[in-house]
Amino acid sequence: MAMTSHVLEHQDFSAFLRDGEDGRPSIDLLVKGARCTACLSKIEREISAMPTVTSARLNLTTGKLSVAFERGRDDAGAVLERLEGLGYPATPFDPAKAMAAHDAEGRRLSMALGVAAFGAGNAMMFSVPIWAGLFGQELGPATRTLMQWMSAVIAAPCAVYAGMPFFTSAWRSLRKRRANMDVPISIGVILTLVISFVETVLGGADTYFDAAISLLFLLLIGRWLDHQLRASARSAAGDLLAMQASAAVVVGEGGVEHRTPLDDIRAGDLLLVRPGERIPVDGVVEGGASDLDNALLTGETAPVRVGTNDICRAGALNLTGTMRLRATARSEDSAVAAIARLVEAGAQSRSLYVRLADKAAALYVPVVHSAAMITFLGGLALGLGPREALLRAVAVLIITCPCALGLAVPAVQITASARLFRRGVLVKSGAALERLAEVDHVVFDKTGVLTEGRPRLLDPVPAAIAMAAPLARASAHPLSKALSAQTGVSSLAEDVVETPGQGVEGWIGGRHARLGRAAFVGVPGAAPSETELWFGFDGDTKIRFAFADAIRPDAVETIAALRKRGLTIEILSGDLAAPVAKAAQALGIETWRAGLTPAEKSEAVAARGREGRRVLMVGDGLNDAPALANAHAAMAPGSALDASQNAADLVFSGEGLEAVVAALDVARSARRRALENFAFAALYNLIAAPAAMFGFINPLVAALAMSGSSLTVTLNALRTGVKARR
Amino acid sequence: MSILIFLATVSILLALTGLAAFWWTVRSGQYDDPLGDASRILLEDPVDRPLD
Repeated sequence: MAMTSHVLEHQDFSAFLRDGEDGRPSIDLLVKGARCTACLSKIEREISAMPTVTSARLNLTTGKLSVAFERGRDDAGAVLERLEGLGYPATPFDPAKAMAAHDAEGRRLSMALGVAAFGAGNAMMFSVPIWAGLFGQELGPATRTLMQWMSAVIAAPCAVYAGMPFFTSAWRSLRKRRANMDVPISIGVILTLVISFVETVLGGADTYFDAAISLLFLLLIGRWLDHQLRASARSAAGDLLAMQASAAVVVGEGGVEHRTPLDDIRAGDLLLVRPGERIPVDGVVEGGASDLDNALLTGETAPVRVGTNDICRAGALNLTGTMRLRATARSEDSAVAAIARLVEAGAQSRSLYVRLADKAAALYVPVVHSAAMITFLGGLALGLGPREALLRAVAVLIITCPCALGLAVPAVQITASARLFRRGVLVKSGAALERLAEVDHVVFDKTGVLTEGRPRLLDPVPAAIAMAAPLARASAHPLSKALSAQTGVSSLAEDVVETPGQGVEGWIGGRHARLGRAAFVGVPGAAPSETELWFGFDGDTKIRFAFADAIRPDAVETIAALRKRGLTIEILSGDLAAPVAKAAQALGIETWRAGLTPAEKSEAVAARGREGRRVLMVGDGLNDAPALANAHAAMAPGSALDASQNAADLVFSGEGLEAVVAALDVARSARRRALENFAFAALYNLIAAPAAMFGFINPLVAALAMSGSSLTVTLNALRTGVKARR
Repeated sequence: MSILIFLATVSILLALTGLAAFWWTVRSGQYDDPLGDASRILLEDPVDRPLD
């Protein structure tokens, strides 16, 4: 964000300060670009050396810098200024969001995992002698009972603590009258512990303390991996959100500029919007003029000129001039809010999606529990004692325990998302991968997705470009930028004056020149156009530069690759019909619609869904957000607006569209691996369950079978996406 | 027999020490910034007085 220097210093950041532990005010800043040891040392050294700062600590993993100030001398503006000067632009972090980011659940899971590891390891110490005793080694009943008690004393408390995440989740699910995977896990673990205690007291041979705790250990690994995946995606997504807007500059009495969170802006506030910033809320221009880029808002490619008394919509990008804006609506009442409501509706329908593991659990729970019940009743009917029948039923529960199932999906998904992350694709949740694997129809937005979303010069003539470049480089207008992007190093024009919405003028080599609209440059009779620039020295011939939104270089290949994978393709755009038709023709896409409102886009996607198609939506604009939320799966480029990134399941960075194909391949591979894992778990249970029913299972076999199946499932998961990577 | 009980107790106490240490590392936030901690160890502390 192009924030000019000496601006931040005079702003008031008190809305972002919070009181630290010792009463000193502190602020959390999100620092962009700090990724290495040198950055860390430079930032901490420079910031803590500032006179009002008492401490500065940077978390390199999350990119957050905590700065504490001396009491009553908070000076966040100066810190931001300093960071900007060091080359690390920073944004203040909303204190509420900062607190929410504190990962309490992750710590709880880490501890449970540690306790389970301790319990499993040490209970095993006593299990090995017991197993040896099974083969007729010298282990008297007294020693065996001692070993069992030792095992119980260690495993039981550990299992109760480490099992809590499963018990609470199972309880929550049961209260909603549903059964998730945690229900059989909890029943299995609790029943195993109780029966093993009873057996120990009665002096029996079959105790499964070690099985219960090592089961929890393996399951917690899966749970921890799953949490890690979601936490890293959440923090990356949260960073993107915090980076974009979330604060605006309100001009208070006496011209003091307050940096204010968006939620605190009221109608009637006077706002200052600089070039490069987004319009924070709907408003009317009171002073200044500029060009607005609505590309992310409506899909229109051409910038719109605004001046005094014009209405600006929240989300538009201010390109050229500084404007004073009178807010006409609060953030949640702005034009964006209607779109946000559509997004919410889509997100709700998506939350009804049943994940693979839960589908498996729905099948698994009744089968296993009736098998255990049949074992118990059958055992009684066949004349076994109640104790022996109960032991066999418990053996069925333990041996069929969903260890492999609990590990099957998270292990695959963590591998898949790590592979995708290396290719610049951020996966927001495991469910997203499952949905992506199922899609059979792809809907693309045009502007910024299939095309580059910014103008590119048509038919470049090097001599003409070289002449205009010194003026073009002095302007931030997208057309000027597109022009200067065509040249290498060139001189800068002198005494440049930019007239917002018109053009720039200045002196090149002692001659006065103008670059801009036809009327501004002095071409009589030319129609005003948003896709051309004119350039000329005073009294000389004028040169015309025409621009168009270029198609991404790998778009054609991507479309072909998607077709090869059996997907159908469609364009839904908010832009005018002519540019959409041109892009569709260039890419060979027959189905396209233009001039759609956000609601129409979203409805078109939903209609496909009702036809039974599973739609992948790829879009970047705010106008795409409802469609993204309504689609079966959704991807957004990293350049998209926050609302769109929020509505999407996957966010890809970098220039290439090929990320869409890569993500699809990895998602499909992940689905195959997960299904293989389920098939393996089913096969294993088909062999193990009857064995348990007929009493062939002892504690040693149970331990071997369980760890063996978990290992197989995990190794299979590592194969995910290997082919796609090549 | 009694040596068994003694050895088992000792080994469990040792393991409990390990568990307590792990507990402490989690509680004191030592897993909150793995990247930063890996970098910090490479930084030289600023020496503000001459070495004796």
